[in-house]
Amino acid sequence: MANMSPEKIRMPEQAPDKRNKNFEEVALGYTPEMAVEEATRCLNCKHKPCVSGCPVNVRIPEFIEKVAAGDFAAAYDIITSTNALPAVCGRVCPQESQCEAKCVRGIKGEPVAIGRLERFVADWHMANCEDTVVKPEPNGKKVAVIGSGPSSLACAGDLAKAGYAVTVFEAFHTAGGVLVYGIPEFRLPKAIVQKEIDKLSAMGVEILTDMVIGKVLSIDEIMDDMDFDAVFIGTGAGLPSFMGIPGEALVGVYSANEYLTRINLMKAYLSEYDTPIRNSKAVAVVGGGNVAMDAARCAKRMGAEKVYIVYRRSEKEMPARLEEIHHAKEEGIEFHLLRNPVKVLDDGNGQVCGIECLKMELGEPDASDRRSPIPVEGSNYVIDVDTVVMALGTSPNPLIRSTTHGLDSNRKGCLVVNEETNQTTREGVYAGGDAVTGAATVILAMGAGKKAAASIDAYLKTK
Amino acid sequence: MFSIVEKKELNSSVTMMKIKAPFVAKKAKAGQFIIFRVDEFSERVPLTIADYDREEGTVTIIFQKVGLSTNLLAKKEVGESIRDFVGPLGVATEYDGFKKVAVVGGGVGCAIAYPQAKALHALGVEVDVIAGFRNKDIVILEDEMKAVATNYYLMTDDGTKGEKGFVTDKLKSLIEAGNQYDAVIAIGPIPMMKFVSLTTKPYGIKTIVSLNPIMIDGTGMCGGCRVTVGGKIKFACVDGPDFDGHEVDFDELMRRNATYKARESEIAETHLCRMEQLGKELIQ
Repeated sequence: MANMSPEKIRMPEQAPDKRNKNFEEVALGYTPEMAVEEATRCLNCKHKPCVSGCPVNVRIPEFIEKVAAGDFAAAYDIITSTNALPAVCGRVCPQESQCEAKCVRGIKGEPVAIGRLERFVADWHMANCEDTVVKPEPNGKKVAVIGSGPSSLACAGDLAKAGYAVTVFEAFHTAGGVLVYGIPEFRLPKAIVQKEIDKLSAMGVEILTDMVIGKVLSIDEIMDDMDFDAVFIGTGAGLPSFMGIPGEALVGVYSANEYLTRINLMKAYLSEYDTPIRNSKAVAVVGGGNVAMDAARCAKRMGAEKVYIVYRRSEKEMPARLEEIHHAKEEGIEFHLLRNPVKVLDDGNGQVCGIECLKMELGEPDASDRRSPIPVEGSNYVIDVDTVVMALGTSPNPLIRSTTHGLDSNRKGCLVVNEETNQTTREGVYAGGDAVTGAATVILAMGAGKKAAASIDAYLKTK
Repeated sequence: MFSIVEKKELNSSVTMMKIKAPFVAKKAKAGQFIIFRVDEFSERVPLTIADYDREEGTVTIIFQKVGLSTNLLAKKEVGESIRDFVGPLGVATEYDGFKKVAVVGGGVGCAIAYPQAKALHALGVEVDVIAGFRNKDIVILEDEMKAVATNYYLMTDDGTKGEKGFVTDKLKSLIEAGNQYDAVIAIGPIPMMKFVSLTTKPYGIKTIVSLNPIMIDGTGMCGGCRVTVGGKIKFACVDGPDFDGHEVDFDELMRRNATYKARESEIAETHLCRMEQLGKELIQ
């Protein structure tokens, strides 16, 4: 008989007033007892609606059944048969709009905590098992993977397992892409990402850092001069947007990319690192997505007394995960909703001293199906801040497409691919993740990386 | 890791290093830059490429010890390595249709002006080099410049070597004397580039400046290097580092480059602690 509790087992968390002063992980994970108890809430539905909600079709009821039986090792094997990065996905996937949105238990109460269980299984494995890496028999073919974020890691992993000699080219000095420069330590500890990368290295994947493809090497050189048989482009969506309002070049205005990179990749929060960052007292983060929440929560942890989210629609339209919004509020982030910045104010010395905003009202739904904000004339007011972080979304970097012939992109700069195979408009060149879709989720990127790996395998078998 | 194959102190504050970096050397062109990082705890710092040798696979950088990272780099010796050396980044300078060009270098900026003069000379362009320094003690690359320049004019602020005066004085007199320059390439401290641009503007001479703003990735992803050019925001790392000097907002650039000045001296102290700590560990 299933456990009919209408609520998920709560996951222990660091207290808000403690965690907003450190970079340690916020959510602490289930104990084995909690995991087993939560797992018994699963009804093991025959039609498995949850699986269809997962971009990589994790066999959810099967792994949860193993967790309920206390066989965590078997649960891990089931998850990793389709998901190479469960410790990452268990933490950063938007389960509430994916697997858990389809859970039958969600109709009359809370859905089964699939994400928390996935995380538990992955963490349990990491703490208790030695990974035995089997180096596959080399098949003599070489594949280049550009970028080392989630799509690239998934693609490289599957190709390495199939016997390809895989080389990953990363532009930064550390591999991991958005998992290391974007998502903060307190949501995704970097040691977890590093373990996944170490696993790839152990399988024989070569990881080259400091390789800005499109500059250091072109795709043509990789294929023609370095004899790679195929290429996967997983370079993400790294180009920041600015609003185009007066004052954006003032000292103290950051793109979220810069702000987060300084803190996450370059560890500005640790004294042994030289990375400089503004010593902010009051910070306005403009935007309503997960990146905006990450930036705001980082600002708080860096010591800002006041941190504001400024978003032009209402909370209902915010693209951030509910959990992130909830965590941000708990940590003392103040929300200025239905507010749109019109100007960043200069203190007279070229430094930010405030942000002038306009109040907004919601009108008719726009192309994104969200009600579009309409400014209220004359409603201008000023929030006193010394730092502004623009978290307005990102688009794909043009470095590769502008240096590679025959690589088509759409008007948003996203690479055009065949939806079945993820092949670009050039033979032998595949792409996936945010470089194709524009900014999306880790799990979608992973799914695309896996699909491309299967297509590359099929393509190279015919050659 | 990237090893240092040659090192020379050009003056008391300027150091030349040749770094083994075959990928960078293979593609490097005048006007492009690299980003270096000394060790795991260091900042990423951009430096314009001073020279390269494709055969040897080496890239030459010339830098002034101005901050934490350049001081740390200057402590490295031949045979030692640095953690990162990425490039070539940015767009190479374009010399389309130039027949006669004035290359103006100020201080350590001469290190970056030199490859420009050299590249122009190799293309058969007539090159007048105007090099400016505070005094005779810090003059660098005199012989190298002379070897590629049609005319070499050395200026010092105090007149201890060459002519007394600013590079802008010499540039103005050369223009007034009837020299027809297709372009002026100015590389040096921001105020110098600003005043060279102001000098050439009334004459309508195309003026190219090479900017070196604060930067992280060098690929267009952080926007930290944004400069206002002709009223529009540009990213120096991918749109530059060369820009039209008549369009650049130099005052804004100066303010942005000073963002971490206070913070830097603060870090310098903790950094010394770190170096001492490392030293102690090594001794033990």
